[in-house]
Amino acid sequence: MVLNDLLEIKERERKARKGTVLRCCVAAGCLSANSQAVKDGLDKAVKEKGLEGQVEVRGVGCMGLCCQGPLVQEDPAETLYVKVNPEDAPAIVDALGKNPAPGLPTTDPHAPFFKKQMPVVLENCGRIDPERIESYIAEDGYLALHDVILEMTPKEVVENVVKSGLRGRGGAGYPTGLKWATVAKTVGERKFVICNADEGDPGAFMDRSVLESDPHRVLEGMAVAAYAVGASQGYIYVRAEYPLAISRLQAAIRQAKQYGLLGGGIFESPFNFNVEIRIGAGAFVCGEETALMSSVEGKRGSPRPRPPFPAESGLWGNPTLINNVETYANVPVIIRKGAEWFSAIGTEKSKGTKVFALAGKIRNTGLIEVPMGVPLREIVEEMGGGVPDGSEVKAVQTGGPSGGCIPAAALDIPVDYESLAKVGSIMGSGGMIVMDEDTNMVDVARFFMEFCMDESCGKCVPCRTGTVQMHQLLDKIIQKRGAAEDLERLEELCDVVKNTSLCGLGQTAPNPVLSTLRFFRHEYLELLKQRETGAQPPA
Amino acid sequence: MAAKTLTIDGRLVGAHENQTVLEAASEAGIKIPTLCHLDGIADAGACRLCLVEVAGSPRLHPACVLKVAEGMEIKTQSERLRKYRRLLLELLFAERNHVCAVCVANGHCELQDLAMDLGMDHVRYQYRFQPFAVDVTHRLFGLDHNRCVLCTRCVRVCSEVEGAHTWDMEGRGAKARVITDLKQPWGEADSCTSCGKCVHGCPTGALFFQGSTVGEMERDRTRLEFIVTAREKKQWIA
Repeated sequence: MVLNDLLEIKERERKARKGTVLRCCVAAGCLSANSQAVKDGLDKAVKEKGLEGQVEVRGVGCMGLCCQGPLVQEDPAETLYVKVNPEDAPAIVDALGKNPAPGLPTTDPHAPFFKKQMPVVLENCGRIDPERIESYIAEDGYLALHDVILEMTPKEVVENVVKSGLRGRGGAGYPTGLKWATVAKTVGERKFVICNADEGDPGAFMDRSVLESDPHRVLEGMAVAAYAVGASQGYIYVRAEYPLAISRLQAAIRQAKQYGLLGGGIFESPFNFNVEIRIGAGAFVCGEETALMSSVEGKRGSPRPRPPFPAESGLWGNPTLINNVETYANVPVIIRKGAEWFSAIGTEKSKGTKVFALAGKIRNTGLIEVPMGVPLREIVEEMGGGVPDGSEVKAVQTGGPSGGCIPAAALDIPVDYESLAKVGSIMGSGGMIVMDEDTNMVDVARFFMEFCMDESCGKCVPCRTGTVQMHQLLDKIIQKRGAAEDLERLEELCDVVKNTSLCGLGQTAPNPVLSTLRFFRHEYLELLKQRETGAQPPA
Repeated sequence: MAAKTLTIDGRLVGAHENQTVLEAASEAGIKIPTLCHLDGIADAGACRLCLVEVAGSPRLHPACVLKVAEGMEIKTQSERLRKYRRLLLELLFAERNHVCAVCVANGHCELQDLAMDLGMDHVRYQYRFQPFAVDVTHRLFGLDHNRCVLCTRCVRVCSEVEGAHTWDMEGRGAKARVITDLKQPWGEADSCTSCGKCVHGCPTGALFFQGSTVGEMERDRTRLEFIVTAREKKQWIA
């Protein structure tokens, strides 16, 4: 494979495009709503009408509006059909090029949900066929990898990422360029790059959607990273609960190898890079980098103290670069469009865009990508459409079990790393759960505490035993059996678990309690009061 | 090997560059409480009792895995650290069924010693009172999960010193247990060489010699140290 071959594939693919494209979502959300049958139906209808020459039915990745699936969009007319049944297929094909098929539900593709988005990571999501590498190459895929390998030194690549201001999208927001520079500078016989795709926060599906919709993008980002830090082996750690993402990644790796875009002598250069998939076994803690590496090594997935950080001593003691799916997915576009272009998006300290998975009590649940710094209210009320039954938003939970609940009063904060931290939450990996007036915040805290308790690996004392005790106290308070000293004890436990736990799971496990105590303390007090006034606990 | 000078509790202490703060402190006669640490085996940083304050770092660091550095300023004692250590002990006592009065290790137990040293005289948390199994299938030794603190000293000593790796962990969180082989009863665990190193390494009464009764379970830690020193430094110091 040389540059001309790549451009030739792109040209061929673009020329072969038909006048009309029917894009049918075949990512996990729509698939579970029977979108494969919709796609088969569309294929059949196109064939029956003899339109194969003019119409392409393309299975694509996530189009975002997951709550309305299965989604089918007609190009170039832009008609977006929602909740499509397989029986609707002939009517959709009949109406091609004309008005939307009568009687079928559609939605406005220019509604705020779509219009306010800024697709960077998701630029190909819902557009290309994730199962065909040619479809990715047609959108300038692997061009960045070519430029990097043949026209840039590893140092220049790292500088580019530093200049872009990209920060880790896994949650903590560590500067990606700095991480790359550290691994690049660390001396080691072998180095590794790892992609963390062990997305485990309840209600989060950003990484799954990227992997299912645009897997080559992640591979390209990893290959660029490997070149920059001097690694020749990569691992993608995906959770077993994502079978579709795994099979699409496997197909993508196979195709990239066939084209010589992975493996030995990429673009006929001396640069080699291989990627292997490692499948998790359902442990949330394996999203923590040291536990993840231990699991990749075939050991029990439990974390170890840092330092030494993976950049110094990671996989089998070698310098290792570990980034999240979305972080890698940002890389090709940073190379292609330049660090200045990227750093012009977002706020001063949080550059670029962020993908969020909108869930909970909100009208438009689904996947969105917005520039950093948009007000949270805009996401929830304008894009998300607010709470469905007209009730008010009470809080927005971000960051999963490590995050916090942002009260409705703080909805005007901009969404960036610092502002979210200021209100006691975190950016996290992008889960965003909206809660309405009926939500009991103590119950929310208990839910996340139960999650952390079940997912604690059991290695360190505070996380293993502290989460059990905190859960027990929350239970007691909810059942109106709690007294004032129980609340004191709960706060004391939050302090000790947060400050003495070994890894991020334990250190952040008290966050949902701390943030609900900060903004909704009255709900805790109310429950305590109900006990004092002799209200009977529920049976 | 370069030497480093650091300050521990206001005292200047010299150390080799590869030493941990715990090693440097113990050489200088400064005692830091530990539970999962055992001389001669790798450290896990799991019990969190050896957490110390490092000047300039907002976080607490486990002394057992923290490497010394030039000019480092360490505080091993503070009101905050003492409080955390006491709370951690309370959590440990509440987790399983630690009843000193009927324990083989009574009087020779590191958990008990820690509680006394740190002034943890009562537990304010709800005792879990979960039922735990006892495994006395081995000819020489017994395992009582009621008294296990999951320090994994047995796992590490078996793997690193004896090389048998009979011990390992199953489950996670509160469901974590030490197991022998693939969860066979200890007596049927083929990889066990019956060397007894795990029993000598156990900080509590969880692992014991068959036939020992209340307070009788004394251990010989120097045996492990002897083996490791002999192997690594070729010094046979009895």
